[in-house]
Amino acid sequence: MISKMTTKMTTKMGTLTATTTLTKMGSQSSAAKWIAIAILAIAAGANQAIAQSSDAPHFKKDVYAELSKAPKKAVARRNPLAQDPDAIVAGGKLFEQHCAECHGDMADGGKKGPSLRADEVQQSTPGALFWLLTNGVVRRGMPVWSKLPEPQRWQLVSYIKSLTPAAQPSSNSDKGSHP
Amino acid sequence: MAGLPVGHLSRYYLRPIRIWQRVRCAGPGTFIRKERNLRLNPINPQTEFTRACPRRAARHFVRPVLLFGLLTLLLAAVAFPARAQESPYIVTYDHYLEEPGSLEVEYFSTFGTQRARNDFHAFWAEFEYGATAWWTTELYFDGQTTFNDSTIFTGFRWENRFRLLQREHFINPVLYIEYEQTSGADKILKEVEGHDVEADYADPNAVARREHDHEIETKLLLSKTFNGWNIAENTIATKNVTGGNAWEFGYAIGASRPLALKASAKHCSFCPENFIAGIELYGGLGDRYSFGLHDTSHYLAPVVAWNLPSDWTLRLSPGFGLNDNSHRFLLRWGVSREFSGFGNAISRLFGGRQ
Repeated sequence: MISKMTTKMTTKMGTLTATTTLTKMGSQSSAAKWIAIAILAIAAGANQAIAQSSDAPHFKKDVYAELSKAPKKAVARRNPLAQDPDAIVAGGKLFEQHCAECHGDMADGGKKGPSLRADEVQQSTPGALFWLLTNGVVRRGMPVWSKLPEPQRWQLVSYIKSLTPAAQPSSNSDKGSHP
Repeated sequence: MAGLPVGHLSRYYLRPIRIWQRVRCAGPGTFIRKERNLRLNPINPQTEFTRACPRRAARHFVRPVLLFGLLTLLLAAVAFPARAQESPYIVTYDHYLEEPGSLEVEYFSTFGTQRARNDFHAFWAEFEYGATAWWTTELYFDGQTTFNDSTIFTGFRWENRFRLLQREHFINPVLYIEYEQTSGADKILKEVEGHDVEADYADPNAVARREHDHEIETKLLLSKTFNGWNIAENTIATKNVTGGNAWEFGYAIGASRPLALKASAKHCSFCPENFIAGIELYGGLGDRYSFGLHDTSHYLAPVVAWNLPSDWTLRLSPGFGLNDNSHRFLLRWGVSREFSGFGNAISRLFGGRQ
C-alpha cells in the first residue's frame, strides 16, 4: 500500500511546505508516516516559535501592557526580600540561568523578549513584576515561572528593579551590568 | 617456590591460565566457557572446568546505554545550553511546559524485577520541544533488555501537551494527547493503566513482540505550586485502537519541593536549591467494564532531581510495588539536558527570518 502525504503549514513567517512520500509496505509505512508527521509538527512548532520571536518589536508594547493588567492586590504586594543584600546577586544568577536567553545578557532585550530596562518595567511596582513573572504572557511566548519558588521570583524582581534604565547608562558596573 | 608463603602459592596455583573454548549453548548467542589450567597444581588437580554461560543480556545492556549516552553528549557538544528548573517526576506530569524554542534531550532507564521470570532493563530516549508557551511536543523511542533473553526496540510515542489556561489559577489544567505504536514487549512503564499487572511482562521477547499496539492516550494533568510544593494529579484514559479494546484508566499523583526556596548568591553544584525531592504514586484503575482497583498494580516511588549548574539534570527514583500484581522493585534514573536555540536552527533550515 502506497501512502502519499503532502503537508502544508502556514505560519506568520510564511509558508513551510514539506512533501513526504512514503512508499513502504504495511506497518512500517504506518510507523514512518507517524514519525514523519511528528517531525513535521515539531518543525512547524519551531517555525511558529520563531515567528513569535521575530515579532518581538511588534509585541513589545503588548508585553508591557500586560503589566497594567496585574490586579490591584498583586500590584500592592511588597518585595519581602527588598532589604536582603544578597537578593540582587542571587537574582542576577537566576536571570542568567532562566531569562537571559530571551531578554539578553544585559536585560536590554533579545530576539524573543523585550528590554527589562525600559521605563514601563522600571516604573512598575515589584508586585506587578512578580505577578507577571508568575503568570507569564503565554500567548506571546513568555512561559509562566511559578515553577520557581516564590523567594526566587522575588530575587529576580530585586535584580530587575536594580537595573539601570536604558536611557541612562550605568556608571556603576555592579548595579546595572549582568553578574 | 619453596620459599614463598603458602597463601601466595595457593593463589598462584588456583588461578588458571585462561584458555577459552567457545561452545554454543542451547540459547542463541551464548557460549559455554571452558577454562584449562595449564599450571601444575598439586593442591587442585582439576585442570579443566566449565563455567556458566555468560549472560548475553549483559552485553546488550551496555550497548544501548552507551549509544544513547554518546548521542546525548554529541548534542550537548553542539547546542546552546539553557538551564531550567526541572521537576523530579518520572511518571507524573506537572503543568509546566518546555520553554518555547527549547529542546530537551532525555534518556531514562527502568530496571525492574520480575517474579519467576527474568528481570529487565527498559530504556527510552525522549526529545521534548517547546513549540509555543502553551504547546509542548515530544517524541519517544523505547527499547528494553530482558536478561537472559534479548534486547529489542519496542516502539515510539508522540506526545503533545496543551496548556488550557493562559494564566496561573488555583488549579492549572493541561491536556495531554499521545499516540503510541509499541509492541507487547514494551516495558518502560511510563504509565500504568487498566489491568496492567506484573504477569503481563513475563512473556519472552520473541512472543511478546508479536503483539502490536496502536494506542491513543489522553490525560488531564492538574497541578498547583504553593509555598514551594508542587502537587500534581494525572488522570489517564487509554484506548488501544487496534482491536475492540475498552478504554482503560489510570492515575498518577506526585508531590515535590526544592530543598531550599531561596537561591544562593554563588554558583554551586551542591546548593540545596539545586535538589528537588518528592514522591510519586501511580497505578491502574481498570477499564470501562471493570473500573476499580481489583487486578491492578500500584507503585510508590520517592524521586529526586539534581539540577546541575553545568546544565544537566539527573533524576533517580526507586519504586516499590504496593501489591502482588506489581513488580516488587523498579529502579528508574534519567539524565537530561535542555538546549535553547533549537527552534532557531530548525527555522533557518526552512528559510525562516531571524
